[in-house]
Amino acid sequence: MTGGTWQHAPDFYAGDRPQVVTSRFQYEDSYTLERYLATDGYKGLRSALARPANEIHDEVRSATVLGRGGAGFPAGNKWGLMPQGVWPRYLVVNGDESEPGTYKDRLLMERDPHQLIEGCLIASYAAGLSQCFLYIRGEMALAQERIATALNEAYAAGYIGKNILGSKFSLDIVLHWGAGAYVVGEETALIESLEGNRGMPRLKPPYFPAANGLYGQPTIVNNVETLANLPWLLNNGAAAYTAIGTATSPGTRMVAVSGHVNRPGVFEIINGITTFRDLLYGDEFCQGIRNGNDLKAFVPGGGSAPWFTPDQLDLPFEASQVGPAGSMLGSGAIMVMDSTTDIPRAALTLTRFYAHESCGKCTPCREGGTWLERILSRVVDGKGTDADLDQIFEVGESICPGAFPHASNEKLGIAAVPFPYRMNTICFVGPSAYAPVHSALTLFRSEFDARIVKRTMIKVTAVSE
Amino acid sequence: MTTIDTTDTNDMPPQDPNAVSITINGRTVEARKGDLIIAAAESVDEYIPRFCYHPRMSSVGMCRQCMVEVEGPRGPMMVVSCMTPVADGQIVRTDTPQVKRAQEGMIELLLANHPLDCPVCDKGGECPLQDQAFSHGAGESRFVEEKRHYEKPIPISDLVFLDRERCILCDRCTRFADEVAGDPLISFTQRGNNTQVMTFPDEPFASYFSGNTVQICPVGALTASPYRFKARPWDLEQRESTCTTCSVGCRTVVQSSRDELLRYQGVDSDPVNWGWLCDKGRFNFQSTNSDDRLSSPQIKSGDSFASSSWSDALESVARVIRHSREGSVAILGGARGTNEDAFMWGALADAAGITMRDAQLDDGLPASVFSYSQATIDSACAGGTVILLAPDIKEELPVLYLRLRDAVQKKRIRLIEISSHETGLTKYAWKSIRTESGTAAAAIPALLAQADIAVQLASGPVVVVAGRPNLAESASHTMDALSAVIAVAPSATVLPVLRRGNVRGALSLGLAPRNGNDAAAILEASAKGNVDCLILLGADPLSDVADIDLARRGIAGAKFVVAIDTFLTASASHADVVLPAAAYGEKDGTTMNLEGRVTSVVQKITPHGTSRADWMIAVELMTLLGHESNFTTLSDIQHAMSVAVPGFGSTTTAVAIKRDGVVVSVTPPSSASASTSVAAPRNSYEFRLDLSRKLFDRAIGTITSPSLANLATEANVFIHPLDLDRVGAAEGTNVRVSNSHSSIVLPVRASSSIPRGTAWVPFNQLGADVRELVRRNESITDVRIESM
Repeated sequence: MTGGTWQHAPDFYAGDRPQVVTSRFQYEDSYTLERYLATDGYKGLRSALARPANEIHDEVRSATVLGRGGAGFPAGNKWGLMPQGVWPRYLVVNGDESEPGTYKDRLLMERDPHQLIEGCLIASYAAGLSQCFLYIRGEMALAQERIATALNEAYAAGYIGKNILGSKFSLDIVLHWGAGAYVVGEETALIESLEGNRGMPRLKPPYFPAANGLYGQPTIVNNVETLANLPWLLNNGAAAYTAIGTATSPGTRMVAVSGHVNRPGVFEIINGITTFRDLLYGDEFCQGIRNGNDLKAFVPGGGSAPWFTPDQLDLPFEASQVGPAGSMLGSGAIMVMDSTTDIPRAALTLTRFYAHESCGKCTPCREGGTWLERILSRVVDGKGTDADLDQIFEVGESICPGAFPHASNEKLGIAAVPFPYRMNTICFVGPSAYAPVHSALTLFRSEFDARIVKRTMIKVTAVSE
Repeated sequence: MTTIDTTDTNDMPPQDPNAVSITINGRTVEARKGDLIIAAAESVDEYIPRFCYHPRMSSVGMCRQCMVEVEGPRGPMMVVSCMTPVADGQIVRTDTPQVKRAQEGMIELLLANHPLDCPVCDKGGECPLQDQAFSHGAGESRFVEEKRHYEKPIPISDLVFLDRERCILCDRCTRFADEVAGDPLISFTQRGNNTQVMTFPDEPFASYFSGNTVQICPVGALTASPYRFKARPWDLEQRESTCTTCSVGCRTVVQSSRDELLRYQGVDSDPVNWGWLCDKGRFNFQSTNSDDRLSSPQIKSGDSFASSSWSDALESVARVIRHSREGSVAILGGARGTNEDAFMWGALADAAGITMRDAQLDDGLPASVFSYSQATIDSACAGGTVILLAPDIKEELPVLYLRLRDAVQKKRIRLIEISSHETGLTKYAWKSIRTESGTAAAAIPALLAQADIAVQLASGPVVVVAGRPNLAESASHTMDALSAVIAVAPSATVLPVLRRGNVRGALSLGLAPRNGNDAAAILEASAKGNVDCLILLGADPLSDVADIDLARRGIAGAKFVVAIDTFLTASASHADVVLPAAAYGEKDGTTMNLEGRVTSVVQKITPHGTSRADWMIAVELMTLLGHESNFTTLSDIQHAMSVAVPGFGSTTTAVAIKRDGVVVSVTPPSSASASTSVAAPRNSYEFRLDLSRKLFDRAIGTITSPSLANLATEANVFIHPLDLDRVGAAEGTNVRVSNSHSSIVLPVRASSSIPRGTAWVPFNQLGADVRELVRRNESITDVRIESM
């Protein structure tokens, strides 16, 4: 099944912008080793191997390659969290991309698998890692196949294995397929799943698997896109990388836009500079809202992010601005809702997803997520009451104590509550079930009010005998 | 005004480097590094509600009920107190509105799908969910949706039922099964709101420790068949006692209602059982309530028994003893009673000149095993090397298995197992070495001289766990193997693992054999007509003595047999007089576990019928025999014991000893052990017989407990799969097992845990009795196996 047409491939639009990770997408055979080598493939690795590992690590650190999985933690700093002198230590590639609305890693794996493999090799060399595990989401059949083929090619060509390119550096890359669970995108759950256990998140602390991860060893878990940045970085240098974007958010990032825009798809935007307005209305991006409708709301960073409204359109893709505005950039998924959107139903769709994907380990997520879904679906069905709407906030309080982040809204006269939230759960799945319904109810209360049953008191007069 | 003592600070005790001082709700609390906040708070009675936390298991932080506030660099932070260790200067608050809201919220979420069927739930009244819903909940649920529904309850083993609707998924039972018992047979299935605890398909939760999951379940999701719908917790009365099913001596509470025993629960005794019990010890209270109990003295007339009064029965026994030839009275048994029982029967024997006595039934080890320097369970588990010269600890002393397994899992000790077949501890052993029965002693010097083993032995303390691994092999082989180990590691201590409940107490307090007259010698003398009166003190030689031929001849040869027992056992039915004895739970006293730890056993219910404690029978007989006895109460005996038995301190009365008991140092008199036996080399056509116990067998206490009676398997002979081919038999078919003494027919099973050339038969199971092939005067037993 190699070659031929893409299977359900989302569209990618290059535009006239720097392409750090998508430069090969223009070729039909971008996934082959032949094409990869013809387009500077494995050049970054070659130059890396010629230099001491700590120099490469410093270069990545100085480029501030932000993690693209959701949390945005700089990769160079993450590698530095590992204890010295403990072996073996592992690289785990988080290819379990399953956040609703996110499909950027899938493209990177399907269309340029060698770029990811080269990134893994560079990271392993720079951070001194013994073995690499590529964990790919179970449903991504084409990505799995392309990666498997690419791994075979790379092994055969001597890019992976013993004494890579004649150097002293050796690395094995193991491909592992997931079995279809959202929570396994959480890095500790992914490690559990990789070990053969139920995919349930581990308890924090330790907050990072860097010290105690896979099989109890130091482990770096990096997102696919993060690693895909490394070949370009090595080829062009940290200075060229930081020249793109802003000082705090250098480079580009892949975003996936879905929903009510004229041209949904994946775009490589410039970190810290491109705004949501550019993205949704720009000619080289989404080209505006479908049918000329008004924008009602959008989710800026994957299904678990609090929602924005047109008030926030001028924010750039910059974590230090989006966070205080009440949401997060997360996994780079933007879901757009136009004026025709049934807001309560949209919230229900997302909340139902997170309730269903709860692993069941901790109480607030297991019980609270489903409770939220049940209330919401009653409200959507027109059978809810006023008390139900209040109860949604009460259940939310049990999942995430204190004020929950949301955007400001001029019309409603409410100020933003900054990200992040506090949580009673082990991981982010529980809060994610609350985020959509909380945003919807905070920003669009009237749409809920219109749905609920109005109960009027019936006056009962006592009848005397 | 007080004078301040300005003593030089050098005189102050050195400060504990692990001491940590934290503040909980404004109070300063001293804790130790590594303690969890939840435990530190509990130590000063600040109770933090919890469901998944259990002090004897690792924390998982799943129920999220124990959230508290800890002052952090960015203001107060909510943390899970069962996962957060204390840190010096930490400021913890458990009483703020935020904490209260979080805890109430969690209770509400846990109750959301809980059926609230408390009125028909066995746990109601002692239910942590119910209790904490009252103490830490909001009082009212706002959950109006339909709750989860599952079929309820479903049996997950012969003993345990699971009600998934009540389950709050705290992971206690599943963690216990995996972490503590090492039987990960239950696990979470499904996910999210449909997560449930379940067994694997077609694999029941067949763990020897399944009852513990019922005890630690914080709701009524797990119930045990022997207690289901038997009582309400508020109707139960309880007293703390010690289990005497085996010699580990687990602490329990004995619970009863309306003068009927209803339940045992484990009590956490730090040096012994950590709160755990095995299923046999937990559920065999049913035998005490059995309708088959003896209720009045029986005197044989012709072929049947007639009930009699105690005075007639005792008088007839006294008459026989009085008229017996000198040195022709024998006492067998006593290991199932209390220390007081054993002491009084020893005193009676001394007074009446009875020299033939033995608390064991030729199925243990000579009392000389106690003359080595002794280890305790804690010292064995503390560190270094543990050498197993023992039967399968998991089958015979299950809770000791839990402790040793835990010590291995926590990497405190290394196990070296020297055994004739694989045991429950084999997979936890650092080295597990197979030696054929009868050959261990000769092999040990070379085995222990292996470089890595020698280094390991030299690296720290060595404890030898010594017991009788094979009933078809003479005890002298084990004793020889033990001295071979001690020769290599002279500073090693010994933990004797004799199985019966109070065998150490009985041997220490007057029922150890004198002048080499052990049980085998007594039965042999009896067979020759030299015993005029054979007293079976809770002993059943026909069921327990490995050489059944010897037991038969011994019982038949005795001129008069007195059986003192709770049931009409196989041996008791041959007696001339049967005296009903009070059972466990029906008498007060003390017992001694395998370490020499003295703890209390208590009376909770009235003895069945007219049955009496063994010590009362001894006192009566002493009086009838004309010996002065001033014993009227238990404390009289305990006082006499503390005077008469050096080392048995005055603090070891039932009243004085506390939960963890007192380890005493009493060495039973050890008589010259039988001569060293050398096993003849095995004929390669034959199999060496290995006869050892499983937890559930046809023992009287097990078969009279309805819930346990079915757990014993049928008798089989197990051989290596290649040997099965050699014999030419198919799995499960009958084979003839024979030697020059007899021949029996048993189904054969292949098992790779049995080495080639060995045939393992579990002791006392339903079916043909392999003891027909065992002779006491042969130090090992070889048999031929032929297909039929």
